[in-house]
Amino acid sequence: MGSNMAECHPVAFRWPLKAKTEHGAVLMHVDPRFTRTSALCDIHAAIRAGTDIVFLGAIINHVIHSERWNTDPFFREYVVNYTNAATLIAPDFKDTEDLDGLYSGLSPDGKSYSNATWAYQREKPPVPATKEAKTFTDLLLQRIPGRPKTDPMLRNPRTVFRILERHYSRYTPETVEKICGCPKEKFLKVAESLLNNSGPERTSNITYAVGWTQHTVGVQIIRTAAVLQSLLGNIGRPGGGVLALRGHASIQGSTDIATLYHSLPGYLNMPDARKAHESLKDYILTEAVPLSTSYWGNYPKFAVSYFKAQFGDAATRENDYGYDYHPKITGDHSVMPMVIDMMAGKIKGFLVMGQNPAVGGQNARLQRKALAKLDWMVVRDFFETETAAFWRNSPEIRSGELKTSEIKTEVFFLPAAVVPEMEGTFTNTQRLIQAHDKAVDPPGDARSDSWFSFLLGKRLKELYKDSTNDRDWAIRNLLWNYEPDPAEAAAWRIKDEPSAYKLLKEINGYTWEDGKPLPTFANLKEDGSTACGAWIYTGVIPEEGKNRGKSRKGDEWISPNWGFAWPANRHIMYNRASSDPSGKPWSEKKKLVYWDPEADSGTKDPAGKPVPGKWVAPSGEGIDFQPTKAPGFRGKENGLGFDWLGGADAFIMRPDGKAWLFAPAGLVDGPLPAHYEPYESPVKNLLYRQQSNPVAKVWNVEGNPYHKVADPSYPIVLSTYRLTEHHGSGSMSRWLPWLAELMPELFCEISPELAAERGIRNGEHVTIRTARGEVEARALVTRRMRPFLIDGKMIHEIGLPWHWGWQGTAQGDVVNNLSSLVGDPNVSIHEGKVFTCDIRAGKKGGRA
Amino acid sequence: MPKGMFVDTSICTGCKACQVACKEWNALPHEPGHFRYNPVEKRPIAVNFTGNSYDNTGAMSATDWRQVRFIEQFSEDRSRARWLFSSDSCKHCNDAGCLNACPTGAIVRTDLGNVFIRQDVCIGCKYCIPSCPFGVISLSEVTGTVYKCTLCNDRIHNGLGTACAKACPTGSISFGEVAELRNAADKRLAQLKGLGYGEANIYGYKEAGGLNVFYLFLDRPQVYGQPEAVVVPQQRLPVSSAVTIAGALALGGAALVSFRERGSRENDEEVKK
Repeated sequence: MGSNMAECHPVAFRWPLKAKTEHGAVLMHVDPRFTRTSALCDIHAAIRAGTDIVFLGAIINHVIHSERWNTDPFFREYVVNYTNAATLIAPDFKDTEDLDGLYSGLSPDGKSYSNATWAYQREKPPVPATKEAKTFTDLLLQRIPGRPKTDPMLRNPRTVFRILERHYSRYTPETVEKICGCPKEKFLKVAESLLNNSGPERTSNITYAVGWTQHTVGVQIIRTAAVLQSLLGNIGRPGGGVLALRGHASIQGSTDIATLYHSLPGYLNMPDARKAHESLKDYILTEAVPLSTSYWGNYPKFAVSYFKAQFGDAATRENDYGYDYHPKITGDHSVMPMVIDMMAGKIKGFLVMGQNPAVGGQNARLQRKALAKLDWMVVRDFFETETAAFWRNSPEIRSGELKTSEIKTEVFFLPAAVVPEMEGTFTNTQRLIQAHDKAVDPPGDARSDSWFSFLLGKRLKELYKDSTNDRDWAIRNLLWNYEPDPAEAAAWRIKDEPSAYKLLKEINGYTWEDGKPLPTFANLKEDGSTACGAWIYTGVIPEEGKNRGKSRKGDEWISPNWGFAWPANRHIMYNRASSDPSGKPWSEKKKLVYWDPEADSGTKDPAGKPVPGKWVAPSGEGIDFQPTKAPGFRGKENGLGFDWLGGADAFIMRPDGKAWLFAPAGLVDGPLPAHYEPYESPVKNLLYRQQSNPVAKVWNVEGNPYHKVADPSYPIVLSTYRLTEHHGSGSMSRWLPWLAELMPELFCEISPELAAERGIRNGEHVTIRTARGEVEARALVTRRMRPFLIDGKMIHEIGLPWHWGWQGTAQGDVVNNLSSLVGDPNVSIHEGKVFTCDIRAGKKGGRA
Repeated sequence: MPKGMFVDTSICTGCKACQVACKEWNALPHEPGHFRYNPVEKRPIAVNFTGNSYDNTGAMSATDWRQVRFIEQFSEDRSRARWLFSSDSCKHCNDAGCLNACPTGAIVRTDLGNVFIRQDVCIGCKYCIPSCPFGVISLSEVTGTVYKCTLCNDRIHNGLGTACAKACPTGSISFGEVAELRNAADKRLAQLKGLGYGEANIYGYKEAGGLNVFYLFLDRPQVYGQPEAVVVPQQRLPVSSAVTIAGALALGGAALVSFRERGSRENDEEVKK
């Protein structure tokens, strides 16, 4: 669901197909359109775009009331022990059932939630294990909360399970039919297949991509899948999970090493001027206390090692390891507000690398106009992208809205190197780091982005080297030691390309004293004796000169010696859950990590006798648990991290060791996923009075108008998406004639029913219009598209791939001229997967 | 041992990686007919949207040796919903009409069983074009010679597989010994039949003396644009020769009769004079 895997991840799709042809796996596709993926699946269930939570919620409801789920002891054992189903929630929590689509805690202005009432009921805090506070760890130890209260019988109405049961009771096959437009029988077939393919002997996987994220409820859709998979016992076990397909070759890597504005490498939070982050101590207390009973109890070690990696010798205990000099965020600096700030003249300069916002940005007309407000812009790319050329030939120049002579933006266009022209790594969907070599020097002045960043940093450091201003401390003391060794550059024309090995080694981490790489993040210290760029990557360079990203020994299963999967080469996260609470595999067939009571643990008891028993994984899989913690181990009440977690607490990154069916923290729009209509929708929310996500990010600014609910001027649902033949905004593919001729022109997929209604003929031109803009496309009339009967009303959907722009050898209108700036409140992703529009036959401006 | 390819269309996703790999390895330019030159921007702009599902290649040509076909099979209420994909190219027939028709010996069969057009020997007579039952050969307006898939002649004679098979992400196209490929195909067919794909069939065991590039289809071959009664023109040679000879004899006889009659008429006329 939420993915057209065959289309957008064609190489990865070989594995589901292999499972199908070699092991008889059943592939199901739930999607508004019949796509290349549907074509290869056993079942295709069409649902109206943006109704995923209804569909998944109804599966949850179906599952927990099914005979199989209630009679097979596996499900209850998994759910009671490995999820927070048994945990009691605060008595003043109010669910959407009580408040007609809202949760308790909504602020008076209705724009944000306080999660105070979503909290666990807890025992009294324990007596702290230490009175002294010499270290950050001591500070955390003094603040260990009481254990959550539970009812393992799941009878208490305040248990997560009972709240969840009530919450999803209105998600029925009938509501699926009414809201999603998917026949009841088809829905039940999907629900039953999933249920029957889960259990001790079988597991099911749910795979998604941006079809789920690009919604104002994107995070909650994924949460629904996680809840369902937890209820089905499909997490931490081979063949299970919720798999996020990442869009570009190293998009996972760029999230890990923090292209996100609010995140530091390794998913530490960015110091934030709006939070209690005054000093390093405040930062650690604010961020780590709520997580201290999970493996995040090591937060101080990860954070201090990160600052040490940034500032080296200048980072000392006395100056909080340079924390005060590190940049802090002051607001929402994600992409969409950035564009609005740019439009308002608040942003002067813009570095564009691997991006083409003039085509790929939502409300692209607004984005192009914002570019004209800059003082300067640097675009590094292979071809002159639409972004680089906006000042001379954009649609706004052609229409006279912008005049080249009046645009003050100074544009620098620099040639970029392509992947085979540099050494580096990819981190893909399954967190697998794979190194790649440089095959050839880039031509002419083309250089890698790391070369550009490295050289820019060097020049800035040179400019600031004599500055005595305190504010320039960070740039003066920034550790910038990636000069290649002569041997690394010997074979190449370009001698000043930064060393990919040194970059990765810094990410991996090393001891400050002797510069030796760290084999595991368990070696990290909070006293400045270790430096580490991103703790999750530790182990990729376990010893000097060895890069596990380069290992290429595959096998028929886990392939532990092919690349390196962070963290610690664990391919399946939380894999302790692949055994039952007593440590025995759930089944022989699905055996992965289990407790071997006879094995030599390598430890000795106080009397010097060897202690037997440890976790083993014959496949070579990294064990996502403490290696010698016995299944029956009882966590210490006042312990930190692993000491607090028990021997059956498989979900070691959660502060209660459980998978969260109910999220007491971490989400800003509710602890349980509920269905809201997309921000622009032709129908009213038929489940609750609350129409759309109450806390969705909305920008009521000039140039970004929205459509009303059931707006008669815009009655049609529009999804934007990609094709196999092109890449992103087309900046890499539309310039290559071989790819251009495969998908030459912008087209719009339309059902024959809508085509007949609007007098549209296949192959001819159509014009699609929203309040933001208008585009012209060729009509592709196909029964792969279908109208949906929603509560007695026929709702039409159309689809537009968004690869085209006015540059390149395949050209077409910019589809994102149609979309608006509106976003998910948790992660600020836009809602490009569903908004409303109108369509008519003929070209723009009434031409035939 | 002949080499060939087995195209299992049941796991083809229609990604066209095979088409691009083919062009890349064989250094084939974009199809000129797909582009119009824009004098302002000084570059060709693609204009070949067909409106025929996701196929914008349209047909095989001197620069497109491979074409993925897209077949949409949907009933009005979508209760029957199928989108079939098939990557099509030269089939390297055991009884190759093109090879038989070539007057200069430009078309040859190599030791690995593939049918190869020698560009330096081709005179562009085009006899091969109508002799191919599958329509895979095209004349290049640039070189004046004909082209089709070579089964990556250079690659396979250097121990490599074909470029398309190498690029295929799902294993829909596999390269190897024809005999081994047939084993794999038979197994896959049996599996599909067991799963209820009653119409699944192998195309290419009997056609044109056996095809070295053969297919597993989920529907009748004609649905995929392939002829069901493959006729290699030369297979009709004995019959057509006999007809030609008989025709010639008849014509000759008639001519003799005609001359004789005419002669007698002339005599008659002379007599009249």
